[in-house]
Amino acid sequence: MLLELEGIRKNFGGVQALKRGDLRAAAGEVHALIGENGAGKSTMMKIIAGMYQRDGGDVRWKGQSVHFQKPGDAHAVGISMVHQESLLAPHLTVAENIYLGRETLHGPLLHKAAMQSSASRLIEENNFPLQAHWKVRDLSPAQRQLVEICRALHGASSLIIFDEPTASLSESETVEVFRIVRELRQKGIGILYITHRLVELAEIADKVTVLRDGDTVYHGNYKDTSMDEIVHQMVGRKVERIYEREKLTPGKEVLKVDIPGAAFSIHEGEIVGVAGLMGAGRTELCQTLFGVTPSDEGEIRIEGRKVHPKSPREAVDAGIALITEDRQQTGLALELPIRMNITMANLGAVTKAGIVRQAEEKTVSERFRDKLQIRAASVEQNAGRLSGGNQQKVVIAKWLYRDTKIVLFDEPTRGIDVGAKAEVFALMDEMAREGKAILMVSSELPELLQVADRILVMRGGKITAELPRETTQEEIMHHAAVGN
Amino acid sequence: MRRDMLQKLLPFLSLIALFIALAIASPYFLTSVNLSSVVRQTAVINIMALGMTLVIVSGGIDLSVGAILAFSGVVGSMAMVAGESVWIGVAVGILCGLAWGALNGFLTVWLNIPPFIVTLGALGIARGLTLIISGGLPVSGLPRELTFLGDGTVFGVPFVLIVLLICAVVTHVVLHATKLGRYTYAIGSNKEAAVYAGIPVGPYTVAVYAISGLLTGLASMIETSRLMTGQPTAGQSYELQVIAAVVIGGGSLTGGEGSVVGTLIGAFIMGLLSNGSDLLGINPYLQQAIIGAIIILAVALDEARKRKFSTA
Ligand SMILES: Nc1ncnc2c1ncn2[C@@H]1O[C@H](COP(=O)(O)OP(=O)(O)OP(=O)(O)O)[C@@H](O)[C@H]1O
Ligand SMILES: [Mg+2]
Repeated sequence: MLLELEGIRKNFGGVQALKRGDLRAAAGEVHALIGENGAGKSTMMKIIAGMYQRDGGDVRWKGQSVHFQKPGDAHAVGISMVHQESLLAPHLTVAENIYLGRETLHGPLLHKAAMQSSASRLIEENNFPLQAHWKVRDLSPAQRQLVEICRALHGASSLIIFDEPTASLSESETVEVFRIVRELRQKGIGILYITHRLVELAEIADKVTVLRDGDTVYHGNYKDTSMDEIVHQMVGRKVERIYEREKLTPGKEVLKVDIPGAAFSIHEGEIVGVAGLMGAGRTELCQTLFGVTPSDEGEIRIEGRKVHPKSPREAVDAGIALITEDRQQTGLALELPIRMNITMANLGAVTKAGIVRQAEEKTVSERFRDKLQIRAASVEQNAGRLSGGNQQKVVIAKWLYRDTKIVLFDEPTRGIDVGAKAEVFALMDEMAREGKAILMVSSELPELLQVADRILVMRGGKITAELPRETTQEEIMHHAAVGN
Repeated sequence: MRRDMLQKLLPFLSLIALFIALAIASPYFLTSVNLSSVVRQTAVINIMALGMTLVIVSGGIDLSVGAILAFSGVVGSMAMVAGESVWIGVAVGILCGLAWGALNGFLTVWLNIPPFIVTLGALGIARGLTLIISGGLPVSGLPRELTFLGDGTVFGVPFVLIVLLICAVVTHVVLHATKLGRYTYAIGSNKEAAVYAGIPVGPYTVAVYAISGLLTGLASMIETSRLMTGQPTAGQSYELQVIAAVVIGGGSLTGGEGSVVGTLIGAFIMGLLSNGSDLLGINPYLQQAIIGAIIILAVALDEARKRKFSTA
């Protein structure tokens, strides 16, 4: 056995993240790790990678009991990790990030040219839409994820941990990631793979381990189990995985957009999906509507009124909310408690006579915590200490509380578990029923097909097609890809 | 959990320990004359540090407070020497501070320059202007009533202590219970997320610097009252003491952290250190070194506490 974990425990100031974490991973196998948001998956992986120290239990590497004190220790034996949240240095280039901490030297100096060219080669081999000299701060979350992957590949020798590598990727990069994973398996490298997209298991998983509330509750061959069984183990109860949305009769027109490359409208009670490949301009469209990158040409109308938001502030005042795709960078104040994050965009509602009513704030945020089932000890916990999926729920709660007429969702289900996905869809449906107009960008086509009333397809910064709810994945891909 | 509490209370416990140690070491320490002199000496730094707390929580820094103190003091003094009443003179001083603060905030927002640079520039400009308008000479001949601000007592309590407490309570309320305060934390914690939440980051940033300037203006008049002259060279390197007070009190230079209570404790620790060194006859040059070491120690302890609970 390459790696064995037995009865791992980890406590974070009162939160028992892992109670009895067991795991066995062999070389040349893809080992999927499944569990709800906050189940302790990332914590377990960080213990393996030497980023956290375990409180108890045993870690055996090739039969030997080990205790990695720092990431360097794990790296030294050939373990590398692709992190769920980007841990890159934003001011450095792609190549510098890939080599960070293990730079190639030329005497006492950095051998920049060598690093640059081998980084370029790595990128090219994997068909990633990146350039070695680009600055990481200019990259989208999906591109950052690819840099993380390059970084892990560069140092990989025995075991690679992928913590939700595909959460922010679209179809074509996801396919590349699968190819990479298969190649690594071929080379006899062990792979630990965390995902909330359970359909991916069929593509690559050999073994499956399920974590629930810090306990390993299931371990076995992927072939010997069923999807329903896995989900059942994960949540500890039966869940409806297939979400069916009833079609509503749209009301009056709420949003009418007519800017270069994008002309469409959304009515009350409608959810309009936006599909496209990485870099198709979906996020840019959201940012234009939200006033981040205002458009000088064309016009935007809300309920017939012409608006021209030049900042998020003006957009929010006009009745538009944007749930961004990058929760850490633009969604949350990580050092502030959940409570303050939830009321941040609507502080006026809990302010009376100039004073923020903390008791009321607490009531409000607890209501949203319960409604969205945010897993936290209390609403006073810092947002940065939540698991990835729970952070996403806090961002959604913030805008639910603001209660705008138009809500733009940019990859709303990124990194959230099956149960929470169904909850988010139910929330979107509820919002639609209340007469809101919703735009939903997603890289997961099955999701769009389930939820959206119509689907806009983007390519090269333009909307190239508008497809009805009854369309197919193939049809969408056809319009999204080059050619047509 | 209990250890965390203990470490959070560390600055406060250090203050108490220092107080007790000094009480034992020097019989003179606990006299009301000495204690009120500590209060008077620290009041100026303390009031400025309250404003700096807001600035630092917002993720900014203000290096120009010492220079603004000199400028406001000189201009306020000149107003009084020119025949204006004490009230008007003090108001002029406070408004000068407010204007400088607002200008700092405006330049950071409008020109999008880091506050370190803007306020470094403002430091030079304010110092230069002060020397020009005063001709490099102290402004003297201030009205006698002005002494009350710095040296007066109300029912035996130093008047500056009352002013300080009022300022502290107001700043505390602003920071913890108003929109302005909340947005200050939000901007300091993650500016981009604040923009995306629809918070008008620009105006709030200007407001934060303006408040800091206003408090500095008030401090300048207290300083003037204590010296009974408008000194163009007043406030040399006060910015460092002020920033140190905030940082010792748990403020983080990367923003999003800091509190009024912490800052008060930080300022009093520094006040006691220098008073104690005077009482015990410690070489003033050594005093500076001790204070420097204390700053590093305080921040190191605070970081150690935070690291235990950080998300890696
Ligand atoms: N540094 C930390 N400080 C405090 N609590 C933490 C910290 N890291 C994780 N936790 C808590 O530990 C629990 C497990 O978190 P973990 O990140 O391992 O979940 P996860 O299974 O990876 O979830 P997700 O699918 O949402 O990423 C959560 O309740 C989380 O709030
Ligand atoms: Mg995780």
